[in-house]
Amino acid sequence: MLQLINLHTKVEGKEILHGIDLTINAGEVHAIMGPNGSGKSTLAKVLAGHEGYEVNEGQVVYEGKDLLSMLPEDRAREGIFLGFQYPVEIPGVSNMYFLKAALNAIRKHRGLEELDAMDFLAFAKQRMKLVDMDESLINRAVNEGFSGGEKKRNEIFQMAILEPRLAILDETDSGLDIDALKIVANGVNAMRREDRAMILVTHYQRLLNYIVPDQVHVLIDGRIIKSGQKELALELEDKGYGWLE
Amino acid sequence: MKTDTIEAAEKLSTYISDFEMFGRSASAKRSDWLKSIREDAFAQFQQLGFPSTREEDWRYTNVAPISRHPFRRALSRPNGLTSAELSNFTFGELDGCQLVFVDGAFSQKLSTRTALPRGVRVRSLATALQKDRGRLEPYLAKLAGFDRNAFTALNTAFMSHGAFVYLPRGIIFNGIIHLLFLSTGHKKNSVTHPRTLIVAGEETQVSIVESHVGLEHGVYFTNAVTEIVAARNSTVEYHKIQRESREAFHVASLHVLQERDTNFTSHSISLGGALVRNDLNIVLNAEGAESTLNGLYVTAEKQHVDNHTKIDHAKPNCRSRELYKGILDEQSTAVFNGKILVRMNAQKTSAKQTNKNLLLSDRALVNSTPQLEIFADDVKCTHGATIGHLDEDELFYLRSRGIDEVSARTLLTYAFASEILSTVKIKPIQCQIDLVLLTRLNRLQEDSWQQTSSGGVGL
Repeated sequence: MLQLINLHTKVEGKEILHGIDLTINAGEVHAIMGPNGSGKSTLAKVLAGHEGYEVNEGQVVYEGKDLLSMLPEDRAREGIFLGFQYPVEIPGVSNMYFLKAALNAIRKHRGLEELDAMDFLAFAKQRMKLVDMDESLINRAVNEGFSGGEKKRNEIFQMAILEPRLAILDETDSGLDIDALKIVANGVNAMRREDRAMILVTHYQRLLNYIVPDQVHVLIDGRIIKSGQKELALELEDKGYGWLE
Repeated sequence: MKTDTIEAAEKLSTYISDFEMFGRSASAKRSDWLKSIREDAFAQFQQLGFPSTREEDWRYTNVAPISRHPFRRALSRPNGLTSAELSNFTFGELDGCQLVFVDGAFSQKLSTRTALPRGVRVRSLATALQKDRGRLEPYLAKLAGFDRNAFTALNTAFMSHGAFVYLPRGIIFNGIIHLLFLSTGHKKNSVTHPRTLIVAGEETQVSIVESHVGLEHGVYFTNAVTEIVAARNSTVEYHKIQRESREAFHVASLHVLQERDTNFTSHSISLGGALVRNDLNIVLNAEGAESTLNGLYVTAEKQHVDNHTKIDHAKPNCRSRELYKGILDEQSTAVFNGKILVRMNAQKTSAKQTNKNLLLSDRALVNSTPQLEIFADDVKCTHGATIGHLDEDELFYLRSRGIDEVSARTLLTYAFASEILSTVKIKPIQCQIDLVLLTRLNRLQEDSWQQTSSGGVGL
């Protein structure tokens, strides 16, 4: 589904990713772990199409297409979802309005009929249960006044609504207590499917107890140093990132 | 200097001849009791002349485009308009009253009225000048001083059409009173001087909308003055919706006198016009008065909108809150000047003023100036202003969910305005402003992509 070939990325003129090679197939869950500053978020953002990130070398092929030439909204419409590490607050725009507009843009692209307000609301309420989200939050402005945990849950809720083919979750676990973490993990696990792939970008191994990955990659200083099965995460937890540097 | 005086006189010549003609007209004769005030006002207008940018209050607003045009009083003529054609500017099956004016003349045909409670007056000023002198005289032209403002002086000299609203003590009016001033733009270079007086008696409650709409393209000049008296314990909610044609000039002043324990809210929405100036003067004349001023101005192309507000905390224990937001695109410009005067004895004053501006282009320009003159020592006064662009992180967030860039920008721009829109509590009014704003914002985006000058009117 997704292939990164020798991907080099610069941020503000400085190269952060120095040649990433990665292959992800449908149905797989890959974890990308690394210390602070390793380039984890850069990887997530460049795949989503953030304009601050410049690819100076390499390719990304998504379902046979050249991902890097696609606009962020087109990547979303083709089924890519990024769960942000720090989701922004958008006062004046309600969750309901925003998600309905996004979902309908994606549905339209897929040749599906757009949902009207009532149908969308019914669908949304059902999805809210997946992440144990209070129904009243749908009418609030996007992330406004949400706690850290609520923002992360809102990201998973959005994923549940938009039903992506490839979900990239950027440090979805950071700042969460164990209860919030379990709720988020349940939501993610409920979304696992044979035709869906996920990339979990994380600093801590803890999340991987709840969302068991098919593969673990260690990213240090902009390079994937080692890849392995889920046991690799446990080794890292035990020995620290210094073990591999 | 001689040349200056001759030039000035030439510029005012159309007004001078119009005033002479007006003096001889039937409508002036019918309200003869105003003769001396009109003459004083016109003399003052001649003496002042149109303001130059050397005057502090007009530093950022050059009215030469107005003084250059030989504006003449609009003449009333059959307009053939139907109510159906006005549906974009009205509020549907309104519970309340609607007075419609076309090019300076009251249109009985287009106006509507439900049965009014006893003693309530909602009528054209022309009628009121003849039949309600007793109720008008204590207030008319008493709030809107004209010794320093040429536009107010000019309006006062020609005042003869507009609206008079009067509520006797204790009346709670649940409907909406809509004063709709339409300009057809048919006759080139026309000027109208709408004059409105609203007297809310003690313990009354009323909601009023004053709309100024340009039906078609055209250069015309609306020079409006509105006076509002809020007697003790009354609640007045006033909305001003400005949708003049893109080529028109709109200069308006609102003068409000608030007595004890009154609650006044003003919503000022400015969307049209080539050159717009709004002056808002509030006097908090007794303890316990509360004033809330909300404003939204949306500009594009080469529009210029200037909002000057002045809140006079003349007495203690009063509260004022001001929030004005601007959305500027292309080469448009805006001015916000918020003056707060807290007099020496006005202890326990609470005043807050905020001006926020969103610039959608690199060439838009806004001048935001707070002016706080505080002479009391036990007060709380804060002010703040921001000027910024759309947030890139917010834009990316929306796009990363599949919303295209143009729609995302429109959505965020609308969200910026919605803080003001949400202050309009009356649903039909909020809906109309909402719709007009969305249409306007969508067109802004289309314009910048297609580079056509779509010019519609008023929006």
